[in-house]
Amino acid sequence: MTNATQARPYRAHMPLGWWLRRRSYMLFVAREVSSVFVAWFVVYLLLLVWAVSRGPDAYQRFLDWSANPIVLVVNIVALLFVLLHAVTWFRLAPQAMVVKVRGRRVPSVLVAAAHFGAWAVVSAVVAWIVLG
Amino acid sequence: MDRSRELASETGRRIAVQVARYRPDRESEPTFQEYEIPLRKDWAVLDGLNHIKDELDGTLSYRWSCRMGICGSCGMTVNGEPKLACATFLTEYAPGPVRVEPLRNFPVVRDLVVDIGDFMQKLSVVQPWIIREDEEPPDGEYLQTPEELADYKQFSMCINCMLCYSACPIYGLNEHFLGPAAIALAQRYNLDSRDEGAADRMEALSSQTGVWDCTYVGECSVACPKGVDPAGAIQRYKLTAATETIKSFLMPRGRR
Repeated sequence: MTNATQARPYRAHMPLGWWLRRRSYMLFVAREVSSVFVAWFVVYLLLLVWAVSRGPDAYQRFLDWSANPIVLVVNIVALLFVLLHAVTWFRLAPQAMVVKVRGRRVPSVLVAAAHFGAWAVVSAVVAWIVLG
Repeated sequence: MDRSRELASETGRRIAVQVARYRPDRESEPTFQEYEIPLRKDWAVLDGLNHIKDELDGTLSYRWSCRMGICGSCGMTVNGEPKLACATFLTEYAPGPVRVEPLRNFPVVRDLVVDIGDFMQKLSVVQPWIIREDEEPPDGEYLQTPEELADYKQFSMCINCMLCYSACPIYGLNEHFLGPAAIALAQRYNLDSRDEGAADRMEALSSQTGVWDCTYVGECSVACPKGVDPAGAIQRYKLTAATETIKSFLMPRGRR
């Protein structure tokens, strides 16, 4: 402390590839990147709604464009990232939510299971509306 | 007799330890120095460092105190992982070499000694003590049920060793982040039935550099040698902070 001016603390800077060092860091960065694909699906949905509102021709053009291999590949990759996003999000839920029933803490497995269950139900309802 | 045979079998086994050296008067960035030390079954990395300091090279600097995982002084990076040097055994790394570096994400003062000033300052920001409006307990002490104790007990296990800061890339990229241990300790008091200071801690916790800087890497909880779950504490507080914000938006005048 007396030699504060003489001490030269060394500061290491994080290398650009810091996230390659560890599997959990890579998974974390993949999850952060997934937000871009979530945004893409929002844009895609808006394009769909816009096409539907402009009539059958526009809708058909949208479907043809969606069948384009490039769009297809982008959508498949986006789906994988969105699934990663959803799964990691629901696994985080029991960390953030401490649910108590009659003074006892509900096990985190049950909290997570409830979230996954609700997700499955909502997905089934959406699939039934779209496909049914 | 078993013991003597064990010692006999151990004689001759050695392990190379590569220790990061940084002597600001001599070098501008850390270098590695290799030492050959005996590999003993009951030696932790800290025992190896003490052997080096006592027998091989007295100029090596590092922090330690209790040797039993409670003082939190001997946090270091062992083969790339944040570890307590006293609780990490050399045999785990046999045949070696073992690489011992200072804790990551902190400025290095000398060799394995890092500057902990930033953490000390952040610790005081979250006021990690019981805050009461009336200081005097009603009957000598505040009573608490085992359930109320269980609410915060795991967070009270923190020994301020800073391994979680070393494991956190967010803190590495942004030193203003309040960080895992400080937030976990804030929660230790927020969740204590005797405490009334949650509102006082809120400003620091729910600020930009508080819980919202955390993007849930989760490595802090993996690194913690005492089983505290700082990542969980932070996610839990995010929910609390969000709820409080909505409440204050809906009921602007009804503070608390």
